Amino acid sequence: MSYTYESYDVIVIGAGHAGCEAALASARLGMKTLVFTVSVDSIAMMPCNPNVGGSSKGHLVREVDALGGEMGKNIDKTFIQTKMLNMSKGPAVHSLRAQADKKEYSREMRKVLENTDNLTIKQGEVAEVLVENSEVTGVRTTSDAIYPCRAVIMCTGTYLKARCIYGDVSNYTGPNGLSAANHLTDSLIKLGIEVRRFKTGTPARVDKRTIDFSKMEEQKGDENIVPFSFTNSPEDLEREQVSCWLTYTNKETHKIIMDNIDRSPLYSGNIKGTGPRYCPSIEDKVVRFADKERHQVFLEPEGNYTNEMYVGGMSSSLPEDVQYAMYHSVPGLEHANIVRNAYAIEYDCINPVQLKASLEFKKISGFFSAGQANGSSGYEEAAAQGIIAGINAARKLQGKEPIILDRSQAYIGVLIDDLITKGTNEPYRMMTSRAEYRLLLRQDNADLRLTPIGHEVGLIDDERYNKLLKKEELINKEIDRLNKKTIGARKEVQKLLEENNSTLLQSGTTMAELLKRPELSYDILETIDEDRPELPDDVKEQVNINLKYEGYIKRQLRQVEQFKKLENKKIPESIDYDEVYSLRKEANQKLKEFRPESVGQASRISGVSPADISVLLIYLEKLERTKIGG
Amino acid sequence: MQNDTIAGIASGMGGGIGIIRVSGEKCLDIVGKIFRNKKYVEKYLKNNEKKNIIKCKDKEWNTKYFENKETYTIHYGFIVDDDKIIDEVLIMLMKGPNSYTKEDVIEIDCHGGPYVVQKVLQTVIKNGARLSEPGEFTKRAFLNGRIDLSQAEAVMKVISSKSDFALNSAIKQLEGGVSNYIEEIRQEILHNLGFIEAALDDPEHYDLDGYGDELAKITSGEISKLEDIIEKFNDGRMKSEGINTVIVGKPNAGKSSLMNLLLDEERAIVTDIAGTTRDVLEERVKLGDIILNLVDTAGIHDTDDIVESMGVSKAVDYIENADFIIYVVDSSVELDEADDRIIDILKNSNGVILMNKTDLDIKITKEQIKEKLDWDCIEFSNETGHGLDELTEYITNSFLDGNVTYNDQVYLTSMRHKEAVESAIVSLKNVVDTINAGMPEDFYTIDMMDAYKKLGLINGETASEDLVNKIFKDFCMGK
Repeated sequence: MSYTYESYDVIVIGAGHAGCEAALASARLGMKTLVFTVSVDSIAMMPCNPNVGGSSKGHLVREVDALGGEMGKNIDKTFIQTKMLNMSKGPAVHSLRAQADKKEYSREMRKVLENTDNLTIKQGEVAEVLVENSEVTGVRTTSDAIYPCRAVIMCTGTYLKARCIYGDVSNYTGPNGLSAANHLTDSLIKLGIEVRRFKTGTPARVDKRTIDFSKMEEQKGDENIVPFSFTNSPEDLEREQVSCWLTYTNKETHKIIMDNIDRSPLYSGNIKGTGPRYCPSIEDKVVRFADKERHQVFLEPEGNYTNEMYVGGMSSSLPEDVQYAMYHSVPGLEHANIVRNAYAIEYDCINPVQLKASLEFKKISGFFSAGQANGSSGYEEAAAQGIIAGINAARKLQGKEPIILDRSQAYIGVLIDDLITKGTNEPYRMMTSRAEYRLLLRQDNADLRLTPIGHEVGLIDDERYNKLLKKEELINKEIDRLNKKTIGARKEVQKLLEENNSTLLQSGTTMAELLKRPELSYDILETIDEDRPELPDDVKEQVNINLKYEGYIKRQLRQVEQFKKLENKKIPESIDYDEVYSLRKEANQKLKEFRPESVGQASRISGVSPADISVLLIYLEKLERTKIGG
Repeated sequence: MQNDTIAGIASGMGGGIGIIRVSGEKCLDIVGKIFRNKKYVEKYLKNNEKKNIIKCKDKEWNTKYFENKETYTIHYGFIVDDDKIIDEVLIMLMKGPNSYTKEDVIEIDCHGGPYVVQKVLQTVIKNGARLSEPGEFTKRAFLNGRIDLSQAEAVMKVISSKSDFALNSAIKQLEGGVSNYIEEIRQEILHNLGFIEAALDDPEHYDLDGYGDELAKITSGEISKLEDIIEKFNDGRMKSEGINTVIVGKPNAGKSSLMNLLLDEERAIVTDIAGTTRDVLEERVKLGDIILNLVDTAGIHDTDDIVESMGVSKAVDYIENADFIIYVVDSSVELDEADDRIIDILKNSNGVILMNKTDLDIKITKEQIKEKLDWDCIEFSNETGHGLDELTEYITNSFLDGNVTYNDQVYLTSMRHKEAVESAIVSLKNVVDTINAGMPEDFYTIDMMDAYKKLGLINGETASEDLVNKIFKDFCMGK
C-alpha cells in the first residue's frame, strides 16, 4: 500500500558529490529539501580516485567554491597532500590537486549536510519520479512511500542498474558493493526520457605494507599550501602531508595484458557501455599507445585510516588472475597484496541534450538532473552540476530566472554547455582544452569571476562578498600604480636586470612594462620598487598575472566579445524554423529538436553549419527590421 | 515576398546576346504589355509597308499573356514600344518562388547590339519597372533566402566585376579555389592546435619538447603562404582586366619590335644585337576589344651572362603561368636547337606562332614548324605591320570561343577576404613572437585559434554576426 508522506520543496535523489552540492544549495537558499541516499554511510563517498582536483578539475572545484559550494571547503578540511600541477606551463593550466582522506572527506561532508537548516537526509531508494501534466509532483520510494514535492534533482551517479565487472565475473551492484538502484530507469523511460548505458572503471587497491617503495619515485606535496576554498588561508591548513609514489608499467606488463586481451570484457563484448577515452583503463592505453614502452603508475594513499593504496593509472576490467600477474609485473608491486580488485562498472545515464542550460529537463517542468547521471565522469564535474541544479531548482520555485554560466565565464559553463548542446558518447571529463577562453578562466581568479554571482544568488554572504570587493580594489589600484610608475636606468635597476638575464634599460620605462618581460615577475622587481604597498599574496598574484599577460588577456577578451555577440543573439521561443529559407534539412531538424536559446548555442550543435548560422542570423535580422519598420 | 519591380541588363555589354532581367510583383504585367508573340505580329505585319510598325496595336493582345504560362518556359516573340517593333526576343519565364530572387522573374534575350538592349530596357522601365541598383537582384535573392551569404558575396563580385578576368576569379571563388587554398592552411593550424591541446590534457603521452621550434617553422610557412595570396590580391587587382599574354622567341626574332608595334611606342629596348631584352617587360595593351597583359621575355638560349640567364628563367615562369603565348619565329633563319628548346617548354601551353620577318627571305615554312608545335601560324612582318589584323582577330576569336582560359591561380577578389587574411597573418605572427619569447605552450593557442577563425570567415566556416551586419550595410540595406 502506498502512503503519502511529508511534502518538500526540493527532493534530491542521491547524496554523492552532485547530490550534496545540490541539496546544500537548495536548502541554503531556503528550500525545504530532502536528500535520498541508498546508504547514509556513503554520503560523499569517493569510490574511485582518492583525490580532488587535478588538471581543469581543480578549476571546477574553485568555481564551485566561488559560487558558495562545499567541495573546496571539504577537501581543505580533509586533504593529506596538496599540489599545484603544471607549474612549468602558463597560469591558465595551473591546477590544484589534493589527496583526500576518503573516510574523512565523506564524514566531514555528512556532518555539513546533517547540520544544514532545511535539509533532511533519508536513507532509501527512489523508484519513481511522479509527473502530472509535464510537471513534477513528487517521488515514490521502493517502500511505496510518496513524497510530494515541487522539484526533483536526479543525482544518481553510477547507481542506476549498476553492474560491476571483473573479467568474466560480474555482480549487479553499485560501486564498492553498495546496492544498485534498479527501479528508477523504468520510471525515466516511462516519462519519455532517453536513457543510455555508460561504463567506467577503477583500479585495484593494494596493501601498503606489501609495496617496495625503494623502486619508486616519491611524489611529495607542495610546501606552500594553496587552499581550494577562497575562504581559507594557507596558514590555517598546514599539516603533515603524506607522499604518493610513481612507478611505471613495462613490456612485461603490456605482454600480460595483450596475451589476455580476449578475456577483457571490453574487447570480448561483454561490456556494452561506452567507456571514457580520457580516463582509459590500462588495457585501453596499451592498445591505443602501442608504441609506448611504459605508462605511469601512481600509488596514492586512500587515507590516514588505512593501509590501502590506490594504483592510479591502472584501472582495469581484466579477470582477477590476470590482474595479479599484471600488477605484480610493475616495479615495487612484485609482492603487492591486492585488497580490492580493479573493476569496470556499467550504469544507466540520460542523454544530456534533453536538458536546458539550467539542468532542468526541457520536457518536464521541475525535474532537474546533475552529475554522472548526465553522462559526465568525475567528482568535480558532478559537484559543478550539482550546485547549478540546486541553485536553479530553488530559483525556479522562487520564480526567478535560472543562473546560466556561459563558456566565457566558467569551466562550469563549458561543462554544462558541452553536455546539453553537443551531448556526449562517453563519460564526459573536464579538460582544459575544452575551454576556449581558458586564459580568462583561471583557477586563481575563480572568486573574481563567480563570487559576485554567488552573492547575487544568495549562497555568498555579505562579509565574503565585501572581502572580494576589497581584493578587487587592491588589485586595480596596484595595477594602476605600476602602469604609472616610471623607472630609470639607474644602477640598482641595471644590476637587478643583469642578475635575471634581462636586457639592460637604455631609457626609462614603466614598472608595468618591465614586468611583462618573461624572465621578470612582480616578486623579482620588489627591490627596485620602493613605494610598493604591503599586499596579500593573492592580490600580488593577480597583479602579476594581469600585467604580465596583458596582451594575451586582451586578445582573449576580444575573442570573448565576438563569442558574446552570437551568445547574446537570442532566438525567440516562437521561431518557426520552416520559415527560415535555405536552412539545410539536417540543420532544420536539429534546430527543431534542440530549440537552442541563442544563435551561439545553435552554432555549437553538431549538424548545424556556419552557413546555416549565417542564414539564421539573416532571418533574425530581417525579423528585427520588420518589427522596427512596423 | 514580392517587391516593386526592377529591371536591369544582366549580360555584359558586347557579345551577341543581351539579357534584360526583370523581377518583382508587376513583372509579368509589364513584360506582358510590351511582348507580342509571333502569331500576333505576323497577323498585323501583313500589308504593312513599314515592316516594323504594327498597326492596331491595342487590338486582341492579351496583356495577361504570361499569367497562365507555366514557370520555366521560353516564349518566342517581339518586344514592342507603342506600335514599333524593337527586337526579336526569347522570353524566359520563372515564376516565384522558383526563381533567382524568389519573385516572379522574366529574362528577355534580345539579339541586337548595345543600342537595342538599352532600348528594350527603356521600354520595360517606361511600362512600370524601376532601373535596378547594382547587385539588387542578388540583394533580393539574399533577402528572400534564396542564397546564402558566401554565395551572395561571390555573386555580388560577379556583378560588380568590371572585366571578365575578375569575373572569372569570382566564379573560381564560387567554385572554391580560394576556399581550398585557405582550408588547407586552416586544417594545418587545426592539426597543430589539436596536438597542443592533446599534450596539455595528456602530458604523459604527448610530448611538447622542442615542439615550439617546429611550430614556429610551420607557422612561418603558413604566414608566407598567406602573404603570397595577399600579393596576388594586389596583382589580381592590377590585372583585373586582360589576358596574361607572353611573347617568346629566340633572341632577335623580333619580340620587342612586336611588343612596340602593339604598344605603338618605343618602350622596350630594341637593338640588332641578340639578347638585349635583359628582363621581362610587362605592358597592358588593348587589341581590338580584348585587353592583354603583355609580357616580353628575354630570348631563351644558353648564356653565361647572369643577368640574362635570370631573365630567361623568369621567362620560363611566365610561360607556365600565361593564359596565351605568342611565339615569334624569325622565318628568315632556319630552325635550330634554341627553337627546339623553346618548343619543348611551350608544348603544354596555348598560343599562336607568329612567322615574323616575312618581308625578308623565308627560310622556314609553316609546315616545318607545325610539325614541331601544333599551333596555328600567322605570317607577320614587324616592318610592314602585315598580319597584325589577323593576329588581333585570332586572339579575339580564341578568347570568345573559350580557347583561351585563364590560369588556375587563386586570387582573392574581395576586400573583406583580404582583411581576413591580413588579420590572420597578424595572429600567426603573434604565435611566432610567443614562441620566440619562450612563453609556455598554452599561450600559442590563443592566436592560433584567432587565425583559424579569421581564415574561416573567407569560406564561411566561421559564422559572424559582424559579417552579416557588414553585408547588410554594404549591399543589402544600403538605402
